[in-house]
Amino acid sequence: MPIPLVKPGAVIDGYTIGECVHAGGMATLWTVTHAGIDAPLLMKIPRASEGEDPAAIVSFEMEMMILPRLTGPHVPHCYGTGDFAHQAYAVIERISGTTLYKRLPDLPLPYEEVRLLVAKIATALADLHRQNVIHHDIKPSSIMFRGSDEKARGEAVLIDFGLSHHNHLPDLLQAEFRLPYGTAPYMAPERLRGVRDDPRSDLFSLGVLLYFFSTGERPFGEGETLRAMRRRLWRDPYPPRALRSDYPPWLQEVVLRCLEIEPEWRYPTAAQLAFDLTHPDHVKLTARAERLKRDPLSVAWRRRFNPDVKPQGARSDLATQIAMSPIVAVALDTAEGEPELNEALRVTTERILATLPSARLACVNVLKLNRIAIDKTLDEQGSNKHIDRLVALRHWATPLKLDENRLSVHVLEAVDPAAAVLEFAEANQVDHVIIGARQGSFRRMLLGSVSAKVAAEATCTVTVVRPPRMALPEPDAGVVWG
Amino acid sequence: MLLAVFSDIHGNRQAFEACLKVARARGAERFVLLGDFVGYGADPEWVVDTVMELVAQGAVAVRGNHDQAVNSSSETMNNEAQIAIEWTRGRLDAAQRRFLAELPMLVEDGDRLFVHSEASHPQRWHYIRSTADAAKSLIATTAHVTFCGHIHRPALYSMSVTAKMTGLVPKTDVSVPLLRGRQWLAVLGAVGQPRDGDPSAAFALFDTASCQITYCRAPYDIASAANRIRENGLPHWLADRLSEGR
Repeated sequence: MPIPLVKPGAVIDGYTIGECVHAGGMATLWTVTHAGIDAPLLMKIPRASEGEDPAAIVSFEMEMMILPRLTGPHVPHCYGTGDFAHQAYAVIERISGTTLYKRLPDLPLPYEEVRLLVAKIATALADLHRQNVIHHDIKPSSIMFRGSDEKARGEAVLIDFGLSHHNHLPDLLQAEFRLPYGTAPYMAPERLRGVRDDPRSDLFSLGVLLYFFSTGERPFGEGETLRAMRRRLWRDPYPPRALRSDYPPWLQEVVLRCLEIEPEWRYPTAAQLAFDLTHPDHVKLTARAERLKRDPLSVAWRRRFNPDVKPQGARSDLATQIAMSPIVAVALDTAEGEPELNEALRVTTERILATLPSARLACVNVLKLNRIAIDKTLDEQGSNKHIDRLVALRHWATPLKLDENRLSVHVLEAVDPAAAVLEFAEANQVDHVIIGARQGSFRRMLLGSVSAKVAAEATCTVTVVRPPRMALPEPDAGVVWG
Repeated sequence: MLLAVFSDIHGNRQAFEACLKVARARGAERFVLLGDFVGYGADPEWVVDTVMELVAQGAVAVRGNHDQAVNSSSETMNNEAQIAIEWTRGRLDAAQRRFLAELPMLVEDGDRLFVHSEASHPQRWHYIRSTADAAKSLIATTAHVTFCGHIHRPALYSMSVTAKMTGLVPKTDVSVPLLRGRQWLAVLGAVGQPRDGDPSAAFALFDTASCQITYCRAPYDIASAANRIRENGLPHWLADRLSEGR
């Protein structure tokens, strides 16, 4: 391998090297410029000279394979890579600002700030998982935010993919290291058993971050030894409420669900975690929410010496796992909708959910606001329209017999119902919208079809439901058919 | 340059035609044929003629164990393969048989190596069944990428500079960068008799500039290929297995 000649002013494949902005254990980061590229750029160069950690090379190889295929706002854009035959490098977009690591002195943060922060990270993770990548090193220093304004932070951006796993690419790290490689305080327990293909490992790490940022304490300490790390395979952390008496029960529910030892008991997808963080009042509280102590030692010891602990078998691939746990939204009109249509919507919804045991269902109703007149929250009888609608949605969903933690009901207040449904689907990473089409109504002729607009403009799958076909009525003799 | 790599065509005209068509449509500029052009399938003459034509136009071809068995009865084979090869022998003319006999065992092309079975002992026709088998082949060569077939199941192996092995069952139509600084063994699925549970014909595209490999599948008229096998009195299992892909 040639000795790298990286210094300010040097030119590599058209990139002019600027200054060194970071020198880490695995790689150095340099500012670079390139004729024709306007964006601020960083060149990442691995430490790959003789005697260096072979991990630096392998993890850089993983980054070189993964970075160029990632897209979207939640990852740095990759402009080019150079391989180990000449000078290994990756040129990526330079995200302004600092990583979340800089916030460590401010911990614990206010609950509301942590909620918004972690919801953004969960949204970014969901996007990454959809691109078949598991990050495997989620921690404050791997997370940045777009936009420089502290108050109105933009999207979360995940950086450092050196330990990542791509479901369609060779996992070079799996072969290289017998011991799990990563950041000890954030590592999911199954990683200690060599599992690298479960996206819920990232949810555990994000749970550690959520716990740390909201309590100021790391749930599993800072232990770096394998022995200290193994403890998390059987010992649960102190519930946050034991550390902060004002800890919101819903937040404890979310944190402890992320930190479940068995991946099956965590959120099935990052999108579902983001959904709960976006709608804290919809979080279904279980015994987790109230817990003030860790599990009794007898339970922990049973876990530790449990003969039933089975090695993880082969799982279906990442895309299939995510596809099995979608967020489905059904949009219905409980106030003026035809009963036949609402029934047809329920039948279709039931069929879709029957094949997807981890799906969650959001029932959405739009309370239409008048464009000009001032709306009254109370109707003529004086009852609250908003509450009435919520009750009606729940009533509609009852025959579906869904677990409380799989169901939520939402009343959106908007002038344009189609726009409201579209916005809801976008904001909540809905995978599938089910919506009814009103049949031959006068209003539909007058106002245009809500379902047609949703079907045309949604970025996810849309199923348009109509009531069962009925025989057409005899044409009215008085109507002249042109 | 975009290479299209085919292995184990096994006299299956319908499958080979489908693969050639897809590969050409996707911009393949050069063809590599990894052997076993005959045996099992009912159109060995057409396949060998087509391969001869492609080679005349610059394609690379190497010899497989079935191609060798046409000219030598010392190759040991299972019963059905034996019946098929004896039938094939009677179908090929002298020129076709000579073409098969003169095929090279392996071809080196820059930092690429093409071979039917594997690189350590090509004459012994070992199968690549595991990362350990793949390691033996990779240690035997300095080539950056070795392409082989023989086992009828696609796989992609890699060896790092510290001789650590990685294996992957490649996903169809996902391009994988074969990074420099480590060695790769690309095992091709079969064009004419897939055995990985997917009955569609398998081949691969390799971009020599970006070093990206893409494993591809082409659906083809399986019923016609199977009928040809039955019509010619070949063992029925050779026809049945095509629709099952095993």
